Amino acid sequence: MSTPFRTAEGGRIDRATTLQFTFDGRSLTGHPGDTLASALLASGQHQVATSIRLGRPRGISAAWAEDPGGLVQVEEPFPEPMLLASTVELFDGLVAHGLPGQGRLADVPDSARYDAVHHHVDVLVVGAGPAGLVAALGAARAGARVALVDEQSEAGGSLLSGTDRVDGVPALDWVADAVAELARHPEVLHLQRTTAFGVYDDGFVLALERRTDHLGAAAPRRVSRQRVWRIRARSIVVATGAHERPVVFADNDRPGIMLARAARTFLHRYGVLPGREAVVFTTNDSAYDAALDLARAGVQVQAVVDARPAGSPQRRAECERAGIRVLSGSVVTGTEGVERITSALVAPFTDGEVGAASVIPCDVLLVSGGWNPAVHLFSQARGRLRYDEVLGAFVPGEELDGLAVAGSAAGVLDLAGCLADGQRVVRAALSALAIVPAADDRLPSAPEPVVPAAPLVLWRVPDTSEAHARTQFVDLQRDATVADIARAVGAGLRSIEHVKRYTTIGTAHDQGKTSGVLTSGITAELLGIPVQDTGTTTFRPPYTPVAFAALAGRDRGRLFDPERVTALHDWHVAAGAVFEDVGQWKRPRYYPQPGEDMETAVLRECAAARTGVGIIDGSTLGKIDVQGPDAAVLLDRLYTNMMSSLKVGAVRYGVMCGVDGMVIDDGTVLRLAEDRFLVLTTTGGAAKVLDWMEEWVQTEWPDLRVHCTSVTEQWATFPVVGPRSRDVVGTLFPDVDVSTEAFPFMTWRDTALDGVPVRLARISFSGELAFEVHVSPWYAVAVWQRLLEAGRPYGITPYGTETMHVLRAEKGYPIIGQDTDGTVTPHDLGMAWAVSKKKPDFIGKRSFARPANQDPRRKQLVGLLPVDRHTLLPEGSQIVEFVADGELPPPPVPMLGHVTSSYRSAELARPFALALVKGGRERVGDTVHVPVNGTLVPVEVTGSVLVDPEGARRDG
Amino acid sequence: MSPRIPGADLPEHPDALWRNPEPKRSYDVVIVGGGGHGLATAHYLAKNHGITNVAVLEKGWLAGGNMARNTTIIRSNYLWDESSGIYEHSLKLWEGLEEDLGYPILFSQRGVLNLAHTLQDVRDSVRRVEANKLNGVDAEWVEPDEVRKICPVVNTSTDIRYPVLGATYQPRAGIAKHDYVAWGFARRASEAGIDLIQDCEVTGFTTQGDRVTGVRTSRGDIAAGTVALCAAGHTSVLTDMLGIRVPVQSHPLQALVSELLEPVHPTVVMSNAVHVYVSQAHKGELVMGAGVDSYNGYGQRGAFHIIERQMAAAVELFPVFARAHLLRTWGGIVDVSPDASPIVGRTPYENVYLNCGWGTGGFKATPGIGWALAHTLAHDEPHPLVAPFSLDRFVTGALVDEHGAAAVAH
Amino acid sequence: MQLIACPWCGPREEVEFTYGGQAHVPYPDDPAALSDEQWAHYVFFRDNTKGRFAERWNHSAGCRRWFNAVRDTTSYRFQRVYRVDDPKPVTP
Repeated sequence: MSTPFRTAEGGRIDRATTLQFTFDGRSLTGHPGDTLASALLASGQHQVATSIRLGRPRGISAAWAEDPGGLVQVEEPFPEPMLLASTVELFDGLVAHGLPGQGRLADVPDSARYDAVHHHVDVLVVGAGPAGLVAALGAARAGARVALVDEQSEAGGSLLSGTDRVDGVPALDWVADAVAELARHPEVLHLQRTTAFGVYDDGFVLALERRTDHLGAAAPRRVSRQRVWRIRARSIVVATGAHERPVVFADNDRPGIMLARAARTFLHRYGVLPGREAVVFTTNDSAYDAALDLARAGVQVQAVVDARPAGSPQRRAECERAGIRVLSGSVVTGTEGVERITSALVAPFTDGEVGAASVIPCDVLLVSGGWNPAVHLFSQARGRLRYDEVLGAFVPGEELDGLAVAGSAAGVLDLAGCLADGQRVVRAALSALAIVPAADDRLPSAPEPVVPAAPLVLWRVPDTSEAHARTQFVDLQRDATVADIARAVGAGLRSIEHVKRYTTIGTAHDQGKTSGVLTSGITAELLGIPVQDTGTTTFRPPYTPVAFAALAGRDRGRLFDPERVTALHDWHVAAGAVFEDVGQWKRPRYYPQPGEDMETAVLRECAAARTGVGIIDGSTLGKIDVQGPDAAVLLDRLYTNMMSSLKVGAVRYGVMCGVDGMVIDDGTVLRLAEDRFLVLTTTGGAAKVLDWMEEWVQTEWPDLRVHCTSVTEQWATFPVVGPRSRDVVGTLFPDVDVSTEAFPFMTWRDTALDGVPVRLARISFSGELAFEVHVSPWYAVAVWQRLLEAGRPYGITPYGTETMHVLRAEKGYPIIGQDTDGTVTPHDLGMAWAVSKKKPDFIGKRSFARPANQDPRRKQLVGLLPVDRHTLLPEGSQIVEFVADGELPPPPVPMLGHVTSSYRSAELARPFALALVKGGRERVGDTVHVPVNGTLVPVEVTGSVLVDPEGARRDG
Repeated sequence: MSPRIPGADLPEHPDALWRNPEPKRSYDVVIVGGGGHGLATAHYLAKNHGITNVAVLEKGWLAGGNMARNTTIIRSNYLWDESSGIYEHSLKLWEGLEEDLGYPILFSQRGVLNLAHTLQDVRDSVRRVEANKLNGVDAEWVEPDEVRKICPVVNTSTDIRYPVLGATYQPRAGIAKHDYVAWGFARRASEAGIDLIQDCEVTGFTTQGDRVTGVRTSRGDIAAGTVALCAAGHTSVLTDMLGIRVPVQSHPLQALVSELLEPVHPTVVMSNAVHVYVSQAHKGELVMGAGVDSYNGYGQRGAFHIIERQMAAAVELFPVFARAHLLRTWGGIVDVSPDASPIVGRTPYENVYLNCGWGTGGFKATPGIGWALAHTLAHDEPHPLVAPFSLDRFVTGALVDEHGAAAVAH
Repeated sequence: MQLIACPWCGPREEVEFTYGGQAHVPYPDDPAALSDEQWAHYVFFRDNTKGRFAERWNHSAGCRRWFNAVRDTTSYRFQRVYRVDDPKPVTP
């Protein structure tokens, strides 16, 4: 429970409140404002896990997302794999443990909510460090609509890690003022805990806001846990800072070795000392601040080891004043210790040669090899990178439209420079948007920077033995070393992408945040080529990992895809319907009565429609109102048959083909007026057919005076089917003469029921006498119930899609998409009669003349009757030639076609099927075989119409 | 030292992979495109036909296009005889490939489930299974409770938007490690004396009548006896130079990967209705493919709403994936043909052969097409397995329409 | 994700649009007069240009109008959008 490494004062933690948490089974404490990493360090624990391949102890090495060492699994309040101790904000009751690089998913569904918000701005600023804050202030003061997002729990960026002053006050006071000012601008959206993780085209940025994670179990259930912000920005300012780069040396992976800036962050932000005895190893001036700050806080700084021959004269003087030894022209060649570093091996380093090492005891080794600007978002936007010889890093190498990089992300490493760069960049952005900066937009002041001594670019300390290279870790998460890179180069690899794949460097959780540039540098060194030529591997979204559920957002469960239901849906549910998904629609498949399975229910429903009267909700049928003087011309061009000759008041069945001549939809067409048709489509084809019509009208025939409108949802449709349907319809609509003579097949009539307009049509998809009743969905329930009442004396029976399928199949009517598959022509379906020979052209006609369409072996729709009068052929079954001995020959067995529809028929008192069979119409009367569960079922090929082939029933 | 994490370790690559020669002035065969198909073709030219005066020209880095970007699913349960023919031949080669190449390609026959969510899916699935059986391809239809046994994390509840009604299952299907496969072919080809030339972009062709005499490249002119185009998404760029029209369209196709996770997903699951295809690769990462971006694009990247939709589908079908994390997304360029089948064979130039249009199926075909294309080049006659995929099928209308019928992409 | 400037509605999110492939491929005046090969080229063959490409788009979740655009298939950037009845722009 003790926190021996917590400082007595300071840090941005709430010391008045103590939080309990458990790590690796140990109960520990921390404070609000801590991360899991800072709380662990406060307790003296550096090691978090062991490494994935070699099992070496690994610890916290950085204070934020670039840390390769601190992978943890959170167990409570809800299991989440592969988080970084450095980025998990501490809360009461947190239970976590270290991970060697492989996480564990929860075995129960995540009940948290996730959502997404669209937001549009003039200027999006990513990063609320010094450059980002100045940029956001500049844009806000100019009156621009601004979003400022930052991944940390509070604004400040690098200022949170140090003791800088801005405008003569402590920098964080300036930050607080800036945040307060931004809050006063109504057009500014300022989000902390929000990571911009992807940049896409036209200023589109994805950002993940972590809204309740830091609250732990206290998170309100009704608030989304995480939110994806889809931000569309006219201009993007990337002020994402820089990641400190390590130097590679032998055994550089031990717990207690961390980046120099991270030590300052833990000290100043969290009030935690990383150790008692420190060695600082650097190639540049910035790490001296860590040495001096730690010394001031009471850490024994054993030495600053500076690889530069002359070190930094200025910083050396400061160190000497603080009593810190500086060893310039020296490097760390290795370390000792097991679960924690116990000493650093330090050796002279002259002209690239490493001398004999001496041992310096320490419990923490701080490392700085310079800075890598966080160019991820710039690179995602396909900005070209340039290798900067002085920084030893890749920096933005070109100007992009609508996206600019400011501050240390652009390679500017001093505070005053970052502030100025933030202003420069945002003013350029505003200028491009023709927004004038505010007169009172003042650049905050920072102390004049001391010109640093030039950094040394040192990727790795030269290995003194082969064994050394095997513990010179480049990618700690992949346990990949300099030796691995050397092997890759030795194997003949030249491309950095190949080196990455050979060594797996950069493929782990951190996606190479610290290892990427090192690998480029070391590879270039080994190949003896410029680093610029090696380049980097590609930066890909996301910048940091994002939970799948956050990206799924609300599009889960019932909201995964909209459910479309008809006006009668509640009635169907109450009637006990079993539903089928047809496209997005929920359609009743059958209505089982107590004790019935599907087979008995369907046989009952079929019998009712064939012998009495049935009724089905056909409202999902697509309906398109086609109007205009050229409506008939359009339909003539799109249907294979003639529609212009259809008389007003009449109905015609039609088939539609693609340009390739394959059937794409079918249905009936009602001519409502000379210039108006109601086109009925299949349920699944409705949207496609409307799109098809629009495409031709708009892109090919804009001269046609015609308009097409979907009225699917404007008409409820109830086919009343069966020999007694005339009685039912006649009873309910006494003003309509329903006799065959007055109301013949394939005609329609308008009428009304208690003042509600109703359209009746003599259309049959079952071969029986049938009336389609069309009515506004507002009256659908009432009309449906009136039909049921009127039908009660005749035993009217509601039926579902399964019965509809049986009835139509008995009549050989195909279902497009079930009996066809995009390779079937009207001729294949036996519908040559529906293909006009008079029209000079229609869509698909030319394709019918291609050689493959003339092939007599084309598959054709036929009926199949199992010879045993009993076997129900599974739909999808394949058909083979009759085998005399009833034994299936070894594969490959040539196939003749397949079963497209198959049912038990109440009418035929036997099962039957429809099938597409090669040369099928020529084979009527043949017996072929269908393999079913390992046995060959003999079936007879028949015509496709099995019930009432002479069409005697349609008029009742 | 703690015990190693199972699967976290990959086998080591060999110490030597390939030579990096300067291009010669002339080769008997020039293969344009150093991806999986080009490298496999080179290997089988040497191995099966003894033809080694061959160059494979690659404009970037070897196997850096779709070979490095695909989701490595291998299966042969295609509907039509023509398709299952080439893919099953390929699968049989996969089964002996590790030995042939002497390379640990991590071919894992963990089976593939193609889920059915609608009654029409069920019909199409049974149709495909029955066709597969008659073609000698291992396939079965499995009910939802068997789906759950094969892959316990699939949501087989009946209370989801599109419940799982069953699946087709091909036990011999699986995954492999793509780079290892490509490098295995490359190493064997290089050992046989075939020159693999990287950073070598073809910028034009020299022709004489109806023969191509050589290729112009960023590394100089190279004379060629026979030319094979194995450039996938960039095929049209080459055929445009030759004045040949080829009916393919190049689209972005994205894929993504999670961090490493303990094993939860033992097989490969694909669903068309709820668009997901996912496997858990050797190290423990979830590998998923997204839908094809609708527009033509050579940018090797796509739009993010495609990824978001993919994540919604993944969490819908696999609720335990909710807190897995998207680690990396990327894009390739798929060359899609009108009938979702490849285009392989002769061109109007008598010594130029075409191999393209594989869409999302290219990886699994790698050894099969390499074998058949090598035969085609060696005999100057399309191998029977690729003969149905000729360019002229679009004129006759004898398509091999896999999207209408098989209803399974990838 | 692109922001696409519908000529009728102005800039809208890419998700509102559907793609229609190569533009300026007119339906043949007399299909019956074409050879099988010519017809196949109309039905199945489209340019697959790397670079500037004139193509069709439909603002399907907006005004539902078709329009044409010139877009770079490598950068994906739209160079210009124009109405279907406008001539194909001359692009450098």
